[in-house]
Amino acid sequence: MSGTLAEKILSDKSGGEAGAGDIVIAQVDLVFVQDTTGPLTVRQFQAAGFKRPVSSIKAALFLDHAAPSPNRELADDHSFLRGFARQTGCFLFDVGDGVCHQIVAESLARPGDLILGTDSHTVTAGGLGAFACGMGSTDGAIALGLGKTWLRVPESISVILSGRFSPGVYAKDLIIYLIGRIGADGATYRSLEFGGDTVSVMSVPERLTVSNMAVEAGAKVGLFPADEMTRDYLATQGRVSDYRPLSPDQSALYEDTIEINVAELEPMVSKPHTVDNTAPARELRGTEIQQVVIGTCTNGRIDDLAVAAKIIQGKRRCPRTRLVVVPASRGVLQEAVAAGYIQTLLEAGAVILPPGCGPCLGLHQGVLGAGENCLSTANRNFKGRMGNPDAFIYLGSPATAAATALRGEIADPREFL
Amino acid sequence: MITGRAFKFGSGISTDQIIPGRFAYLRSNLPELAKHAMEDADPTFVSRVNEGDFIVAGSNFGLGSSREHAPLVIKMAGVRAVLAKSVARIFFRNAINLGLPVLLCDTDSINESDKLEIDLQEGTIRDITNDSRLTFAKIPGIMLQILNEGGLLPYLSKYGDFRLPSVR
Ligand code: SF4
Repeated sequence: MSGTLAEKILSDKSGGEAGAGDIVIAQVDLVFVQDTTGPLTVRQFQAAGFKRPVSSIKAALFLDHAAPSPNRELADDHSFLRGFARQTGCFLFDVGDGVCHQIVAESLARPGDLILGTDSHTVTAGGLGAFACGMGSTDGAIALGLGKTWLRVPESISVILSGRFSPGVYAKDLIIYLIGRIGADGATYRSLEFGGDTVSVMSVPERLTVSNMAVEAGAKVGLFPADEMTRDYLATQGRVSDYRPLSPDQSALYEDTIEINVAELEPMVSKPHTVDNTAPARELRGTEIQQVVIGTCTNGRIDDLAVAAKIIQGKRRCPRTRLVVVPASRGVLQEAVAAGYIQTLLEAGAVILPPGCGPCLGLHQGVLGAGENCLSTANRNFKGRMGNPDAFIYLGSPATAAATALRGEIADPREFL
Repeated sequence: MITGRAFKFGSGISTDQIIPGRFAYLRSNLPELAKHAMEDADPTFVSRVNEGDFIVAGSNFGLGSSREHAPLVIKMAGVRAVLAKSVARIFFRNAINLGLPVLLCDTDSINESDKLEIDLQEGTIRDITNDSRLTFAKIPGIMLQILNEGGLLPYLSKYGDFRLPSVR
């Protein structure tokens, strides 16, 4: 087999030579749903006449988007999904366990896997070298029942990274910069594949942040090779046996190549209401922010809380600015407690939410008021995203978020290092 | 042949505008959910749209979330096809799986409220109001088969499994 990461994985999963543009029927390793797309998935699964997921796959249900449930309708949806898990033996990750994509990365995804989630940020696991792709409820339901799906093998765009990140600049700034450069549809239907010498020093959590937002450029997947960093990460999760190396062939053909010297990057922000509406954080000084959110599947990991805690250590948030912190998983929260980060953040005036999606999609726990500005470490700033179409969302790194919480207006974190 | 009026939208209409996340609590109550279709893009849409009308958008329609409820509420509101310069990948797949045609064409010449006549088999769109004709891009083989059966569930109940069309 030869080819890009996407071609190699899909060749393996379809049992043939899969080249860009081919339509393949591929075996799926993991199918997962969350609480806002899961009920429809289960209903479609049942409407298609299936009783339980096919035994060749892992199946997981996550109660994370509205957890704990804010109202009776969502509580009923949770009960419905718990019941389905009980009947079928699917893995169930209940309220407080954390965001699906974080738990998939911690516990389920393996390099070379084909993963299908009924959530667009399923692409996150591309950071571990898994072809992880978001789909809708009906596609998810059929994959649960048949253990396979059809896919068009995507063309790939190679993103070659060189140099080292400057202090105060992170993987989040890289992906915001890239999306600003190629646009919100710059990689539609494509596989974004990251390579270059910088990758070998990027940790898996950093890679997860980049892959997570590949979909914000329209990509079908955002893939990193599986290498020593991947092995180290899997080892810390106690599953080194899930490791296998994976890299594109030298002869792989790419539709396009984008080169980025990360040393030249600076802290970046996406402005309302699109992710590709980007600017350096320093140009947005003076933009007052009423709420800062640190968390989500993009940047709610332990490294992210460590960066924020370091900047905030010994200081207090601006009194006009609420600071909302949402660890991405129970494991992250436990580590953050043990490391003292939670104490630091509480002393700074933060509110700590249970692990999960928190205010990210506007269901509860931090809905914005009309005219309010929020700076969030999430991945999306669409109009209405955080529950109010009359609010404004800016996206940035955990460092930018921490600096912004201290100043009460958008700040360049390099001033706090 | 399907005939209806055009509801025009700009580029970059996200799933958060089509069916905002704040209505997630209605996702097990689809008739109620459908009352909010397109709400954050045009709050008057549901009250004005009629059975058989079309959504006509710019580029990258349906970007964002994987929520299948986005094409679902559009279909439930009576829309019979979405016309756009381009659509986001997941939205495209979801719409076809629900039997809602998504037609890729240059939508610039179509104006709000224009009367359109669409021939899905022939691949043509006639704008009756301004007397012009457009063609739309061919729908990929497997998606066309799914669409022709009325969606993925009817497709599978007919074939029992995925089948690759012999010609792509
Ligand atoms: S944290 Fe936000 S983006 Fe991530 S899965 Fe939850 S709602 Fe989606």
